[in-house]
Amino acid sequence: MTLIRRILLRLLTMAITLFGVAVIVFFVIRVVPGNPIAMMLPPGAGEEDIARLKALYGLDKTIPEQFVIWLSGVLQGDFGTSITTRQPVLALVLSRLPATLELSVVALVIAVAIGGTLALTGTRMRGTRSEGAIDVANGMALSVPDFLWGLVLILLFGVLWPVFHISGRVSPSLDLPFVTNFYLFESVLRLRFDIWADLVAHMFMPALALAIPLAAIIAQLLKQSLKETMHLDYVTLSRTKGYGENHVITREALPNAVLPTLTLIGVQFTFLIGGTVIIERLFSYEGLGNMAIDAVINRDLPLIQGIVILFALIFSVVNLVVDLTYAALNPRLRHG
Amino acid sequence: MTKLTRRSLLKSTAAAATLAAAAPTFSWAQGIDDLVIAYNVNLPSWDPTVGASAVNPTIQGIYQSVFDQFILQQPDLSPAPGLLTDWGWNDDHSQVWMDVREGVKWHDGSDFTAEDVAWSLARVASPETGSPIQFVWGTLENHRVEGNRVIADVKQFDPTIFKWMYFLTGYVLPKAYYEKVGADGFEAAPIGTGPYMVEKYERNAYVRLKANENYWGGAPEFKSVTIKFVTDAAARVAEVESGNAHVTLEMPYEEFDRLKAGKLEGVAAPISDIGMIFFNDIEVMTDPNVRKAAVMAVDKQAIVDRLLSGYGVPIDTLETPEYDAYDPSIKTPYDPEGAKALLAESGYSTDNPVKFTIQTTRGFKPKDYEIIQAIVGLWRRVGIEAEIEVYEIAKHYELRAADQLAPAAFYNWGNSVGDPTTSTGFAMYGPSPHSVWDGQDLIDMINPLWGEADEAKRIEGWKGVSRYIADNALVLPLLQYVQPILHAPGVKVTPHASGALLPHLMTRA
Repeated sequence: MTLIRRILLRLLTMAITLFGVAVIVFFVIRVVPGNPIAMMLPPGAGEEDIARLKALYGLDKTIPEQFVIWLSGVLQGDFGTSITTRQPVLALVLSRLPATLELSVVALVIAVAIGGTLALTGTRMRGTRSEGAIDVANGMALSVPDFLWGLVLILLFGVLWPVFHISGRVSPSLDLPFVTNFYLFESVLRLRFDIWADLVAHMFMPALALAIPLAAIIAQLLKQSLKETMHLDYVTLSRTKGYGENHVITREALPNAVLPTLTLIGVQFTFLIGGTVIIERLFSYEGLGNMAIDAVINRDLPLIQGIVILFALIFSVVNLVVDLTYAALNPRLRHG
Repeated sequence: MTKLTRRSLLKSTAAAATLAAAAPTFSWAQGIDDLVIAYNVNLPSWDPTVGASAVNPTIQGIYQSVFDQFILQQPDLSPAPGLLTDWGWNDDHSQVWMDVREGVKWHDGSDFTAEDVAWSLARVASPETGSPIQFVWGTLENHRVEGNRVIADVKQFDPTIFKWMYFLTGYVLPKAYYEKVGADGFEAAPIGTGPYMVEKYERNAYVRLKANENYWGGAPEFKSVTIKFVTDAAARVAEVESGNAHVTLEMPYEEFDRLKAGKLEGVAAPISDIGMIFFNDIEVMTDPNVRKAAVMAVDKQAIVDRLLSGYGVPIDTLETPEYDAYDPSIKTPYDPEGAKALLAESGYSTDNPVKFTIQTTRGFKPKDYEIIQAIVGLWRRVGIEAEIEVYEIAKHYELRAADQLAPAAFYNWGNSVGDPTTSTGFAMYGPSPHSVWDGQDLIDMINPLWGEADEAKRIEGWKGVSRYIADNALVLPLLQYVQPILHAPGVKVTPHASGALLPHLMTRA
């Protein structure tokens, strides 16, 4: 199968997936208890007021009718208007997406750096107490959920040794000269390292909290792959050629051992983005996840739909990129 | 292994220095230039008169920092001259009149006029505007300006209309500016006549406010205020503990006591929110003995002392001491033996308990689930076996509006205006979507009070309603909440009984 055909097929699958997600989310959030009109009823409101508010937000129609109206709007790029903020949903979610993406990417980089270092160190020190210590640390990192890591980090670096910011994305006192919402990226482009440092000081704890469990998974899998690879003939051959152990691990074993880890990172990255919901809430980080929780609490149906669709789109795109990257890196898949 | 070189050392030092420069600064004991408040909710929208956020009591404090209400509400809930300096009805209650304060400026420097008041009232009275309180504002019509006075015709007499002018959606917006920039423009750059001006707003993150030096009530003491939206209680506590924020509110009482005993200071004052248990007149709740026993079996003081560290005020009616129709003579004492005797009359005992479901939220209000657990434990001792069903607050609203709550359901009721219609009235009046008690006798008792023009007679009437409700145990009032506010020693915070945290009431200690 050619690469273009493969991509087209994946895009078609993605479109069907997104439609399925749209149907499910639309109907499910209307079936579960709690409707936005009941949430905003003031004391003294009567039946007429309920009917008026329902009509105002288009909730007086049947659910299939509402779905058709919403879907036709989506196909024209109109995801509706948020009930709580009264802003266009698309503009709201797109304004928050960069914050979540930056946080997720930084968390991924931290996870790969920590996990990779632990795996390489564990492989290099295999059979020693250091490897045992790394395994114990991995176990601990895996067994504690990310939000608990967040609380630990707040206590350590926010209260006891307050070197990082506890909440927010950037200090309110800073005036940002940016045109996009990719603050971290744009601060580097504009050489505004003062803002960059402020962003990092805000992002470090939530990113690390997200990264720790993923780092443990990467470390465990990569170390296991490296261990298996280290027994293969070509690795033994390179040893007999006189290469040092560091060279053997990083230059000979790692390129082959890293493939399954790469796939795992891709899959885990989507989970990591999902994890931002809780972590962003904990650190009051102004991303999509934080907005999602508010939307659910307030039963802001159009906003919930928009956020879920966007998350589904991100997951689909990440999976596509991972598959294509894996195909490009794996010679067996590359040659069909 | 990476070698430590001079270059790498320099790089690391530079990076560390940059991060250190970006690290938080602390100002517990220093003079505070920019007052930072860690707030417990996000601000979804800037228009305080329409949409869901307009009726969210928790964010009224932010609105009141930027916008003025028609009438000022003082920290003890009493009204005072604000943008309206005087107000009232004509003799036959067919018109209302309001005198407008002179010399007030909008944040953009333009003059505030009586036109703004008339337009603001007419705007929310129109069904097209989408005000959730349109049913109140719509009782006035033909708003017009005569000199410095606004007059409107009364379409339907509502004795509480002026109280709504310092309650939900009772804000004055700038006519000329709003018409010029439209709803979106106003959302992007809101202006009011309030003590603070919006300098910068990041949704879900913070709002930076600048003092309105020309504020008619006097310039606020803190010239710059940053309100950070920190929705997680643990993070809010960490913000003040670390010195990143100077003031925060709504944290577990245990944390409040712990931090107050250290470097921070705190105030805890009763607010207008109450905890209560709705009785729905279905199943066993139609038996007065069961209801009365359920009320008598609850030791409210013990619940306040043991679960809320003493931060709460037991109540016997839906009126707190700050409300207009509070009657201290109405009592529903703790009497477990009396409860047993009543249940025995209906054939129930600890061996043959009466059974029903009680619904509650978990974590929506302080110790809500734990309070219900304790109550269920107390009930069990007298012969009531209640099964707890936990639900989300959104489900509560939906079930209550549909009159489908369980026989007992915990809820918190807020009434920052302190009028009996907006507490006992709407909570207990059968046709109201907020009430689940449909008894005709109570409806008949309340009906004449909605339009009672004699204020003294109206308040006495509501006291009578409260007594009837208590005598017949139609609801179980539990406690009045106390709001914990932590602050740095350099700040003096004046709590507001409405629960609104108002930066212009904060001064340097």
